[in-house]
Amino acid sequence: MAQNGNGHPRDTSKATWTVKSGLAQMLKGGVIMDVVTVEHAKIAEESGAVAVMALERVPSDIRKEGGVARMSDPQLISEIMDTVTIPVMAKARIGHFVEAQVLQAIGVDYVDESEVLTPADETFHIDKKKFDIPFVCGARDLGEALRRINEGAAMIRSKGEAGTGNIVEAVRHIRDITGGIEALAGLDESQLREKAAEYRVPLDLVREVAKAKKLPVVLFCAGGIATPADAALMMQLGAEGNFVGSGIFKASEDPKDQLRRAKAIVEATTHFMDPKLIAEVSRGLGQAMRGIALETLAAGERLAVRGW
Amino acid sequence: MPSAVGDRLARAGVLGLQGDFREHIETFRRLGSDAVDVRRPEQLDAIDALVIPGGESTTIGKLALHYGFIPKLRERVAEGMAVWGTCAGAIFIARDVPGHPHPLAGLMDIRVRRNAFGRQLDSFEADLDVPQLGSEPFHAVFIRAPLIESVGPGVEVLAKLDDAGTGAPGSEATIVAVRQGNLMATSFHPELTHDGRFHEYFLKLGRS
Repeated sequence: MAQNGNGHPRDTSKATWTVKSGLAQMLKGGVIMDVVTVEHAKIAEESGAVAVMALERVPSDIRKEGGVARMSDPQLISEIMDTVTIPVMAKARIGHFVEAQVLQAIGVDYVDESEVLTPADETFHIDKKKFDIPFVCGARDLGEALRRINEGAAMIRSKGEAGTGNIVEAVRHIRDITGGIEALAGLDESQLREKAAEYRVPLDLVREVAKAKKLPVVLFCAGGIATPADAALMMQLGAEGNFVGSGIFKASEDPKDQLRRAKAIVEATTHFMDPKLIAEVSRGLGQAMRGIALETLAAGERLAVRGW
Repeated sequence: MPSAVGDRLARAGVLGLQGDFREHIETFRRLGSDAVDVRRPEQLDAIDALVIPGGESTTIGKLALHYGFIPKLRERVAEGMAVWGTCAGAIFIARDVPGHPHPLAGLMDIRVRRNAFGRQLDSFEADLDVPQLGSEPFHAVFIRAPLIESVGPGVEVLAKLDDAGTGAPGSEATIVAVRQGNLMATSFHPELTHDGRFHEYFLKLGRS
């Protein structure tokens, strides 16, 4: 198979839908942290992260520095894989199936086809079903989530607006996804058919979501989480876990502060229904990342609108 | 849900700090057992059977340690509580985990190697013969799975994996499910399939 980047023939017992979507099941209730160095990866693992996302610049730096954001250097990804025992994810550009092939060849555990990087294709997302490696993709609403699942995504994250430290878009997107699922519940067969046409996905997939009242894959939240309370908010709104990017390593340069904030966000994600505990872990954490008001972003600076 | 064995089942709980605990709870409910989500050590007093679910073993281990679960868990096991670890849970309850970076509950006399089959690309599915569960094979899902490398004298092997075609290390059959009194460990995920036989077997351990 051309896209099978590791060069081995496909083993029928491996790379099944169950094992691809199953790894995401194991990450539930946890925090996946963006890391750009081996030192960050160690802090993330020490704090109790369920996985790390290896990338060369966190989203807030991509915003600041501009330019084209691409897949990370395989050397850095390999070093991080050698350093931590938890799963390692890495980002490929939207539609850049060769970056995904490279990541599969390195042997990362999950590929994030991510709007945070500069898109490579304005027409097609990666045909994820052709890969042995599982993919996570971003979505702003139910239609986008279902299109990605139909392409083979084994995990969905709401997009939010990465690198802003501002939770407002994450809230909008998770509400649009969960609200979209709820709205399917009362629909009859012909209305479901209309929804499938509107979302541009097979009717069977829409029927399945309407019946189960949830996505057929795990749903995490991403894009703007900066505090333990942000993390718990997203869990109360229906996320099954959180991605945290700039929020941890951009709040402070001091590794001790980074570890404390990372631990606090892990604990708030586990005990998201326990405000006393969230208060306790939030005490004296110091300044969260400064953040960006969305109104001040020019249209071209919005990352969430990338992808369709 | 009514069940033929409902009122004779153990009161079960699933450690809900992180991982796929909800899938375990749903499987127990299908069997007629109202399993609870356990996030505080004191909840262990109200159950006689605890599952440590699949998840990330370092995360579950750190949180359990931080919230003081380990001493309470040991105390309840000494009093007869049954414990079953699946995948990350098996690592959690093993006495010997080479290279593991933090302390574990250390309940079962087994040596467990983490990520023994490799990374996610090496995750796989396989049918297992499990004589204790009857003649029908058990379909098992292994995700970045650990391997039970060796077992102590009091440990009964419930299932082995024939490594042909699975990418498992070594040429001998490898141990993937064990029992020691009312403690049990599986390196795969019965909660991800619709076969409730391991859960039923465990509930019987919990009330014995």
